[in-house]
Amino acid sequence: MASKAVYSHRDPMLKKRDDFEDILEERRNSSDLRYALKCYTPVVYKGISPCKADALTNMVLQSSHLHYVISQVSKETGRAVDDVQDEASAILEEMAQRLQLSTIRFFAFTLSKVFKTLFRSICVNEEGIQRLQQAIQEHPVVLLPSHRSYMDFLLMSYLLYTYDLALPVIAAGMDFMGMKFVGEMLRMSGAFFIRRSFGGDKLYWAVFSEYVKTMLKNGYAPVEFFLEGTRSRTSKSLTPKLGLLNIVMDPFFKGEVFDMSLVPVSISYERILEESLYAREMLGVPKPKESTSGLFKARKVLSQNYGSIHVYFGQPVSLRSLAEGRVNRSQFSLVPRHIPKRPSEEIQNFVNDSAYMLVRAQEENMVLKPWVLLASLLLQNHHQSQAPGQKPGMALDELTERVVWLRDLSRQYGAFLHWPDHRAPSDVVSSSLSLHPGLVKISEGRVQLALELAGGDVGPKESRSADTTPEEELLSRAVIVLSCASYRNQALHVFLRPALLALAIHAAASTKKQEVFYSFSFLRNMFSNEFILVPGATVQDFEEACYLLVKTGALQITQQEVLVTERGHRTIVFLTSMLDPFLQGYQVVCRFLCEEATEELTEKQFIPSIRRFIIKHLLAGRLRYTEVLSSDLQKNALAALLRLGAVQKLKGVDQGTLKVNTVMVNSLEDTLGGKLPTQKVVVARL
Amino acid sequence: MQEIMKWNGWGYSDSRFFFNKKGQAEFTGKRYKLSGLIIPALKDWFESTFGASLQHKTPPILNSSAVHPPTLNETFVEELKSTGIPFSHDAEDRVFRAHGHCLHEIFALREGKFGRVPDMVIWPNCHNDVVKVVELASKHNVCLIPYGGGTSVSSALECPPEETRSIVSLDTSQMNHILWIDEKNLTAHVEAGIVGQDLERLLNESGYCTGHEPDSMEFSSLGGWVATRASGMKKNIYGNIEDLVVHIKMVTPRGVIEKSCQGPRMSTGPDIHHFIMGSEGTLGVVTEVTMKIRPMPEYQKYGSVVFPNFEQGVACLREVARQRCAPASIRLMDNEQFKFGHALKPQVSSIFTSFLDGLKKFYITKFKGFDPNRLCVATLLFEGDRERVLQHEKQVYDIAAKFGGLAAGEDNGQRGYMLTFVIAYLRDLGMDYYVIGESFETSVPWDRVLDICQNVKERIVRECKDKGVQFPPLSTCRVTQTYDAGACVYFYFAFNYRGLSDPVHVYEQVEHAAREEILANGGSLSHHHGVGKLRKEWMRETVSSVGLGMLKSVKDFVDPNNIFGNRNLL
Repeated sequence: MASKAVYSHRDPMLKKRDDFEDILEERRNSSDLRYALKCYTPVVYKGISPCKADALTNMVLQSSHLHYVISQVSKETGRAVDDVQDEASAILEEMAQRLQLSTIRFFAFTLSKVFKTLFRSICVNEEGIQRLQQAIQEHPVVLLPSHRSYMDFLLMSYLLYTYDLALPVIAAGMDFMGMKFVGEMLRMSGAFFIRRSFGGDKLYWAVFSEYVKTMLKNGYAPVEFFLEGTRSRTSKSLTPKLGLLNIVMDPFFKGEVFDMSLVPVSISYERILEESLYAREMLGVPKPKESTSGLFKARKVLSQNYGSIHVYFGQPVSLRSLAEGRVNRSQFSLVPRHIPKRPSEEIQNFVNDSAYMLVRAQEENMVLKPWVLLASLLLQNHHQSQAPGQKPGMALDELTERVVWLRDLSRQYGAFLHWPDHRAPSDVVSSSLSLHPGLVKISEGRVQLALELAGGDVGPKESRSADTTPEEELLSRAVIVLSCASYRNQALHVFLRPALLALAIHAAASTKKQEVFYSFSFLRNMFSNEFILVPGATVQDFEEACYLLVKTGALQITQQEVLVTERGHRTIVFLTSMLDPFLQGYQVVCRFLCEEATEELTEKQFIPSIRRFIIKHLLAGRLRYTEVLSSDLQKNALAALLRLGAVQKLKGVDQGTLKVNTVMVNSLEDTLGGKLPTQKVVVARL
Repeated sequence: MQEIMKWNGWGYSDSRFFFNKKGQAEFTGKRYKLSGLIIPALKDWFESTFGASLQHKTPPILNSSAVHPPTLNETFVEELKSTGIPFSHDAEDRVFRAHGHCLHEIFALREGKFGRVPDMVIWPNCHNDVVKVVELASKHNVCLIPYGGGTSVSSALECPPEETRSIVSLDTSQMNHILWIDEKNLTAHVEAGIVGQDLERLLNESGYCTGHEPDSMEFSSLGGWVATRASGMKKNIYGNIEDLVVHIKMVTPRGVIEKSCQGPRMSTGPDIHHFIMGSEGTLGVVTEVTMKIRPMPEYQKYGSVVFPNFEQGVACLREVARQRCAPASIRLMDNEQFKFGHALKPQVSSIFTSFLDGLKKFYITKFKGFDPNRLCVATLLFEGDRERVLQHEKQVYDIAAKFGGLAAGEDNGQRGYMLTFVIAYLRDLGMDYYVIGESFETSVPWDRVLDICQNVKERIVRECKDKGVQFPPLSTCRVTQTYDAGACVYFYFAFNYRGLSDPVHVYEQVEHAAREEILANGGSLSHHHGVGKLRKEWMRETVSSVGLGMLKSVKDFVDPNNIFGNRNLL
């Protein structure tokens, strides 16, 4: 089990983080107009005077890389070179950004107004800004923000403008182009547009990669893109997409730049604008196609309070140091550098590991609000109190006591928790709850999720009004649960490794360390599409989890055995409950595939049919977690099964048809449910 | 030779830089154009570039008595005596041949530290003497290390510390005759111990030259050139050593290897000359070489071109190579080296010249808008008959003009080439004042020239910083040769080591990192310095395992007992 992880195991408590400054404070005290028209003179890479967007496109069209691909395409298709050349120009036209300072100034003005209405504060770590400023002067910079909202990239540009830093060019999905006016506005504020899929299109790939590389190499502007590829609808970090990272790293591998700074940026929202939109999307209410009018409808959000935003600019990572001893750059000496080549396995592994390392860096610097902990506790309580005869919700003081316990635990695990220590805990709890009136309610001194439809606080059966079907009612409750879950998810990365260990202890056949490890690595492998788990770092993760649980007194680990201590019980229960919905969810997916998957089940039909299956089980009371309705979880589970080879995607005539290996899926389900020892499966799979 | 040369620094004892009482730099002796002149700008450049100060001096410690007594193989010595070949085990003779000119070698000498040195020195007088010596060495299992001019910069002359046998330095300097000149075929048959400048001088007396002029030609020997695959400044006209040799005779433990005729080209399997060239003394001693000669050129003309920046300069050189119209020599210095060259201008004799210089500077920087911190200069040397030289010159200047190049006069060009010979002396001056440095080279395809220059220079700066060097280093480069498919790039690197406890170690780490950077950027392990022991750790990745195995099997056949035990290359 040779592990070659890029990060090293260390005490999370020792993480040192910068302080924040609220940038809205100044906006509230001085003129927005003057701010939008301020003198803007950012420092640039090695003092290069930035060229015009036109000059940039010319450089791309004249590059030997593009020339090579154009003549290759022309030879293969028999089209005239000029014709292909024109197509390349057209692609570039469609793609290219046209950054204009005037547009930025327009946004600086309007966003100031919008932000002040929506948010209490926008907090930025200014030391991070200073590090970034330094980095921009030394080497080309790649900005890698987390992606939770449409707001992200406007916010990023807004911040960089505020701090007089070079404005980035941003890789954006083509779907924005649908919004005509907005699309153009974004283009003029530095967005360039890429098609969502262009698999085999050589020419498109060439134009696109050359465009990005040209901007980067010449220090034209920092390049910004989202490692996660798309907005995370669940607030969990998404497993990274590697395409763009491959492209930006290429100039370094080929010696065209000396080094490059990769800057992870963590943007955390106290309340996400798209909160219930995301929940509906995952429940199958289709996502509205991005349209300008749709965006204006979102105006009603303007009347609400969305709390604060924290933006943390992480430590710039030198690609050179990252690649030191891992990438042999001389492998690029034997083919002219402008000829596109598939990256070697060594390179692919390196890019993949780096991507995970960077996403973890984003996670680590995500600010967590007290509400995140409250949501975790309330959800757990919700599921446990479903049993008949129990009073719904939790008493306010009990909740306060528990959240204080959780606060201390999460701090010990290294969470970047923003808890106002100078205020009384009960104060913190009630003000946190008040920011989410749509999700929680307090009645008779008890706090519970705001699940019931208007008119009743009794059990689900009685509350059904005449014109809603049980299914609709279930879905509307699920919206609330999923919204809450998205807040809990923000804290998942803090507890993930200890929680996997807790589950493993639970599932392992004995307390033998070796068996617990087998169980741990099975679960870790199973969930590696769901959470950010660095490939190949099983041992480190296991050790980190052991370290944390031992340090906090929940476990005793001897040479051979792993034992839960008396006082560790509470922690272990909390941790297992944290992952229980996922554990159950994956089992349901397995059961569905065994029971319902017919010969013709295609990938396309997978989500709708499993949704029907789950709704049926939920309504029948055979399933506890509404959360399992999340299409995100279902897709991740399927991806895991495909990865493990338990399900196969057929090619050829039956394209997209899923072929289920029932025996294997069954045994995975049993192992997840603790009915089968893990050892065999693990050995077979790892 | 030994009498007139420094034993712990570069070159002739009478030639050296020093700062006089007024703090001005002077170059002593009478041998060079710069000799006896004052170089007023050097002090300022030296102090500002390195943060060095004339107050902080590190003079060499003179102590040549700490040499270990020789380990002699008595029976070998007995039999050698009977051959009448001169030999010595005098400490000074042995130390003199124990090193090349790598920084660590010279630094240790200046501090009076000696590692393993040869136990004895032999001076054979001819090919047959060498045959006898090699036979005796094989018979008595003595380790032989051939020694030519001693200008190696690859640790090739260092005695392997693990060697337990008696080590004999085989000094070829007495084999220094031109045996014959064949004017019909334009070849000369020469003993391999001859030193470059003597070879040229003697050939010149008959109206010929080889045209092979490596920067070390004052001291390096013909046999050394063959053994390291040397390259000469004027290779564009005359070729590198592999183009110049027609026939080689080498004595190995297996016997003498040579071809049976002097045909100009042969298709007889892999060329055995290519096992000899670059063998770095691991297979045997080159004793005689037949070399091409040319009539001396009728006319020589220096020249120089100023470019607004290094990128333009490289583009111009590339175009010159594309049109295959490179002059005898064309070299492009980067901005730092340009400034360095400037600092080495001798005191001007008249107000008029200094006025002219000012005017030139004004024209280039103000009128033409060249940034003095970016411009760079190419030096040129044309050779041939007068008319063709002038025509050639025009062609090259026309190309240069397309890349923004301005002709900058013969003087600048000539000074550039003169510096080549005195620059090695400057290192000794630096070492008097806490500054250590060295040069190293590579060859690289055209499309990577700019990137490799930039990345290696930056790597040096960064490594120095990381290793705790207190002052920014001098990190500069020049393109010294052009080929159809690429160029040779030379890096100079020096830093002020005040405050470092082990400067040589730091130096070696930085040089190592720089070489890694070169390889990562598609550069070769060496263009002409060779591998020696300094770079042999990279041989496998350079020539592949199979390649290394091929070379090893040759060594195993030719010298199974490792008589030529300098352990270079493999």
